Amino acid sequence: MSNLLIKDRDIVVPGEVLAEGMDYLPSGGAFREGEKIIASQLGLVYLANRVIKLIPLTGKYTPKRGDTIIGRIVEMTFSNWFVDIGCSNDGVLSLREVPEYVEKGADLSTYYGFNEYIVAKIYKVTRGSIDLSMKGPGLRKLGTGKLVKVVSSKVPRIIGKEGSMIKMIKDATDCRITVGQNGIVWIQGEPEDEFLAAETIKLVERKAHTEGLTDEISKFLETKTKGRKKKPTTDDKGEE
Amino acid sequence: MNMIKDHIVKLLEKDMREDGRKLTEYRKEITIEYGVSPKSAEGSARVRIGKTEVVAGVKLDAGTPFPDTPDQGVMMVNAELLPLSNPNFESGPPSIDSIELSRVVDRGIRECHMIDTHKLCIKEGEKVWMIFIDIYPINDDGNLFDAASLAALAALKDARMPKFNEETGKVDYSERTKEPLPLSYEPIEVTVLKIKDKLIVDPSVDEWNSLDARLTVATLKDGKICALQKGGGAALTSEDVDNMVELAIEKGKELRKLL
Repeated sequence: MSNLLIKDRDIVVPGEVLAEGMDYLPSGGAFREGEKIIASQLGLVYLANRVIKLIPLTGKYTPKRGDTIIGRIVEMTFSNWFVDIGCSNDGVLSLREVPEYVEKGADLSTYYGFNEYIVAKIYKVTRGSIDLSMKGPGLRKLGTGKLVKVVSSKVPRIIGKEGSMIKMIKDATDCRITVGQNGIVWIQGEPEDEFLAAETIKLVERKAHTEGLTDEISKFLETKTKGRKKKPTTDDKGEE
Repeated sequence: MNMIKDHIVKLLEKDMREDGRKLTEYRKEITIEYGVSPKSAEGSARVRIGKTEVVAGVKLDAGTPFPDTPDQGVMMVNAELLPLSNPNFESGPPSIDSIELSRVVDRGIRECHMIDTHKLCIKEGEKVWMIFIDIYPINDDGNLFDAASLAALAALKDARMPKFNEETGKVDYSERTKEPLPLSYEPIEVTVLKIKDKLIVDPSVDEWNSLDARLTVATLKDGKICALQKGGGAALTSEDVDNMVELAIEKGKELRKLL
């Protein structure tokens, strides 16, 4: 007999017993001790059938293979760039992993300079290093834009199911938006639109644990954009 | 800061800023708290400008005066950029930035003769009061200069003299008189930044890191200038300086109301 001691989307503290019995399986943020499944961090419970997972409320980004991230060039050697991706180790971008052909002995800063931001993919994570690659669709150097930092565990909500949330924000604000799994969001558009997009993303982050978020955000964007798009039309009428 | 600076410049060209403020607008939430550390310091204050937070403390001690000014008290300002306030600050010996911060605050107070040092003399040539002002940024969200000078000013106003024991020649910290420090003028420092050809006040950290030139102006109640500090690589035209000083006087009056 197994019984679940918590509900989906409950907030739990470290040491709290989540379930008893062998029918449930612990995943990220939880562990098994004897018959019990115990939380190892402060977070939100996420139940997927028999698997119990915790989504941390806050914390640093933990790199995972296959993640697309946004990072800043902080250092370079003869054959590598070092990229700050917001976790304990810097990411390493090797010469061989950039789409451009780099000649031997060339000045690397002419390709990616200090303090420039790039979109890259993590292709290997080992104990000591995080290897990045720039080869792939959508991986590039970022142009001028607004940067918004969010907690990395909330990124899935910002993207939404199959990109539904981010697509809605993009359509409503007319901005180009790139979300890195490490919690850095890059927005490019007209200044007013950038402000709105940033505000919306912050709102999603704050309300990430609530249900029916997509509807709420769509309403929020509607009221915000309605007021703006009305303005020019009334002005036009005034001139007539 | 290439990309961040480009973005700031792009917004400034449309007279906008990252956080939606006007170019010459301070953050709305400015608070000054007096006496935040009444047990350990003779005077203390905490200043918040938005998320920026600075604590200043005033310590008093009796010591020997400098030989060239035997009848005058001594004032010293020290600032430490704590690593907890900004990830870019390192612990260790004082950095150039922390020395500049303390010197700018020091100059504002010293050059307008805010403290009447003659009144700080206990016995000429032997004992005078020494005033130590310590500045600690708790959180750096930009504009440490203005916040630090405001905190130092508030802490000086908050300070009360401890008792001086004539027999032992030492200060008795257990007893504090109600006598304030001999203060007169109140200098308010406003830092004006120049990025491209735009002038802004109360910068964020990103704006501060992308500045071309800056001018810190200390002004008095009647609009007199008592100290200036210029920083940044770019040159300023005399017209720029005029505009910056004018802006600093205007903003100084706004800040003065908060004291």
